[in-house]
Amino acid sequence: MSTPYAKLPAWADYGLIPLINLSVAFIVAGFVVLLVGENPFRAAIILVEGAFGKGTGIAFTLFYATTFIFTGLSVAVAAHCGLFNIGTEGQAYIAGLGIAIACLSFDSVFPWWLTFPLAIVASALVGALWALIPAYLQAKRGSHIVITTIMFNFIAASIMVFLLVGPLKPVGSQAPQTRNFFAGAELPKLNWIIELFGAKIRSAPLNVTFLLALVMAFLVWLLIWRTKLGYEMRTYGHSPKAARYAGISETRIIITAMMTSGALAGMMALNPVMGDQHNVAIDFVSGAGFVGIAVALMGRLHPVGIVLAAILFGMLYQGGAELAFEMPAISRDMIVIIQGLVILFAGALEHMFRPYIQALFASFSPRSVGMEAVKGKGA
Amino acid sequence: MAQAAIELIGINKSFGAVRANRDINLDIARGTIHGIVGENGAGKSTLMSILYGFYQADSGEIRVGGQPASIKTPNDAIALGIGMVHQHFMLVDNFTVLENIILGAENDALLKSSIAKARSELDRLEREYGLEVDPDAIIEELPVGLQQRVEILKALYRGAEILILDEPTGVLTPAEADHLFRILKQLKEQGKTVVLITHKLREIMAITDTVSVMRQGTMVATRETRQTTVEELAELMVGRRVLLRVEKGEAEAGAVKLAVKNLTVRDSRGVTMVDDVSFDVRAGEIVGIAGVAGNGQSELLEAISGIRHAVSGSVMLDGKPIDLTGKADPGELRDRGLAHVPEDRHHVGLVLAFEENENSILGYHGDPRYLKGPFLNVDAIMADAKDKIEKYDIRPGNPRLKTANFSGGNQQKIVLAREMEQDPGVLIVGQPTRGVDVGAIEFIHKRLIAMRDQGKAVLVVSVELDEIRSLSDRILVMFAGRIVGERGPEATEGELGLLMAGVERQEAAQ
Repeated sequence: MSTPYAKLPAWADYGLIPLINLSVAFIVAGFVVLLVGENPFRAAIILVEGAFGKGTGIAFTLFYATTFIFTGLSVAVAAHCGLFNIGTEGQAYIAGLGIAIACLSFDSVFPWWLTFPLAIVASALVGALWALIPAYLQAKRGSHIVITTIMFNFIAASIMVFLLVGPLKPVGSQAPQTRNFFAGAELPKLNWIIELFGAKIRSAPLNVTFLLALVMAFLVWLLIWRTKLGYEMRTYGHSPKAARYAGISETRIIITAMMTSGALAGMMALNPVMGDQHNVAIDFVSGAGFVGIAVALMGRLHPVGIVLAAILFGMLYQGGAELAFEMPAISRDMIVIIQGLVILFAGALEHMFRPYIQALFASFSPRSVGMEAVKGKGA
Repeated sequence: MAQAAIELIGINKSFGAVRANRDINLDIARGTIHGIVGENGAGKSTLMSILYGFYQADSGEIRVGGQPASIKTPNDAIALGIGMVHQHFMLVDNFTVLENIILGAENDALLKSSIAKARSELDRLEREYGLEVDPDAIIEELPVGLQQRVEILKALYRGAEILILDEPTGVLTPAEADHLFRILKQLKEQGKTVVLITHKLREIMAITDTVSVMRQGTMVATRETRQTTVEELAELMVGRRVLLRVEKGEAEAGAVKLAVKNLTVRDSRGVTMVDDVSFDVRAGEIVGIAGVAGNGQSELLEAISGIRHAVSGSVMLDGKPIDLTGKADPGELRDRGLAHVPEDRHHVGLVLAFEENENSILGYHGDPRYLKGPFLNVDAIMADAKDKIEKYDIRPGNPRLKTANFSGGNQQKIVLAREMEQDPGVLIVGQPTRGVDVGAIEFIHKRLIAMRDQGKAVLVVSVELDEIRSLSDRILVMFAGRIVGERGPEATEGELGLLMAGVERQEAAQ
């Protein structure tokens, strides 16, 4: 009675089920497109071609994906410790302040490869500190992390507005942003990699932060599954009582996990700020923190899944922009609906088709579900 | 013989590849008490869930009173006169008895007429079956024995002719259980049919007319209770001969390893759960704490193992005090040789989502043996897990398997292996064999006695009186947070039962 459904082989669990969920999301989205009087097949082609058809499209897709990898990893690290960090948005936003300080101070003296490490540390540090306060309140006072991190998003936004229309704005400028960075704080583009494959790129913001994101994905895997700290986080995340029993300090583990999460969120800011805009502007995060929640869920909290989910969302962003451009009937909001459907089917309704697929597998090959082995031979 | 109340013909039910029930045939005669026994996972609960409409059989037929019946939901079952008393009560704690009884059977948008009708009906039922309960009492203020009576009344109120009870005595004192059995006999005399699911063979012998044994999803035997023995039933359940009572030599108690003095513990609401408790555990002996669940044993264990705050008193481990402020580091206590097998292995002793090897280091994960700098030494952990799997015969022997996929007995072995293999001086064990099948119980008991014979101090808390009597060299009985008596292993069940019910204490007070 306790295990009504048997286990699936890994490829079905991590490949087939997400694929089915995604297909259903696109089918339903297709109906929405049909409803506004456009051809869903043409729309799908435009979307995919816009994202992967040309070199420029690929570069944009990966640029967006970079941002989502960071926010997805941030949400995932907290989630492994049982904490729902909704504050990724604010942590990334306020981290722009750290980057601004590092870049504005050194961009005229250092080359990019000296400014970059400084900016990484600064962004991670500010993001981590911003997560520290809600973490402390949760650990010591029991204030719910979901509530406090949401509130800290608003506080972060207000502080940034204050700074960007005031102290950080160059005198005489009308725009709520810092001055543009000099070459010492501009990150090299990675477009040449895509050009190696023969594609042409006009101008696209894909930059070295993408590589940093991949490195961080690996480090997160290492942290969660291969270190004592990660083991403790997962123990606490699955069962706080078991963690207490095992001698794991609740305060310490909550604060460590949240600061790690905040640091990852903070690093997200490097991508748009140093890689693309070359200044810190108002609202540069623009919802990427919240997309990170969907990316983390869809990626099943695993770095590999997160990278893939981030690329999917990068595709939706880039291809969606093309779609809105090509099909006037499909507005920007329609794109958000499609993204919402993906989140709905791939995230929230993740288990909807699972029982059927499991039943199907069981009827084809009872061995592959492996429950006989689990039960043992009896005595 | 009387006409069959229920006939199950060729019932099959699979969950994925697991065949929970295969070709089950069962006749339950009207006006009898029919026992169904079997180990955990033998398929008893699945079968009853099919009968009560929680699940549908893949194939097979159910007949109620000779008529083919289609039972798709519990409501269908109720309409056919089948009632069920669940192992975990389905009552609303802050409702009155009456409100709980009409819940789901209200026949009007306004409750007033339903309540009036229920009150008179309840009155009749109580008189007829000797099921006295105050209809206006709040459920959470009633002892468990009475709560169970409310569950029975609920079923009868809905017109149940056939009553299914799932492990009904797990939470009762021996006296309460006896009372329940009297009620069941009375129901039988009134022509009702009772189906009793249990793993306690003594109860089966005491009360049933017929008993059916399930093993691995099949019905292996049905016997007239008068013509069978406990030994035969145990053998049928497990499929081989089992020792129901472990054999052990005399204890050679040595120095005091664990000394508890005047310990008082309150729960989060300020209710005193452990009240001025003192006792010693010496090297080379097993001290058993008997008591009905909820009399402070859990809190006592948690306080001793440093994870619960104690108000006053002291606990000395090898002559040195344990921090009782609730801020103690359980890791430090482990270093001092205190190993703890917690009562709740699902939420405390194990992380069910972890792989077996990950659980085999829980609590000892800071040990340099398992680490390489800040990294886990995966090779060492796996080797260690394999070693324990071998020694403790944990099945299936795959350290990469998720812990949730092990049976209860094997999960318990994972915890025991982890704690015992650290070679602790003091081992405290809560409910060593709760939810563990008969075969594994024997193994676990032998291991505990082996620990004792190696000169370890062992403290066992269990609600299973048989277990306490079979293992312990000294028995302490806990009632309402106090130790109300100490007895030797030769104490009779009746004597301990009275202590567990707090009888002696009340008499002494008079």
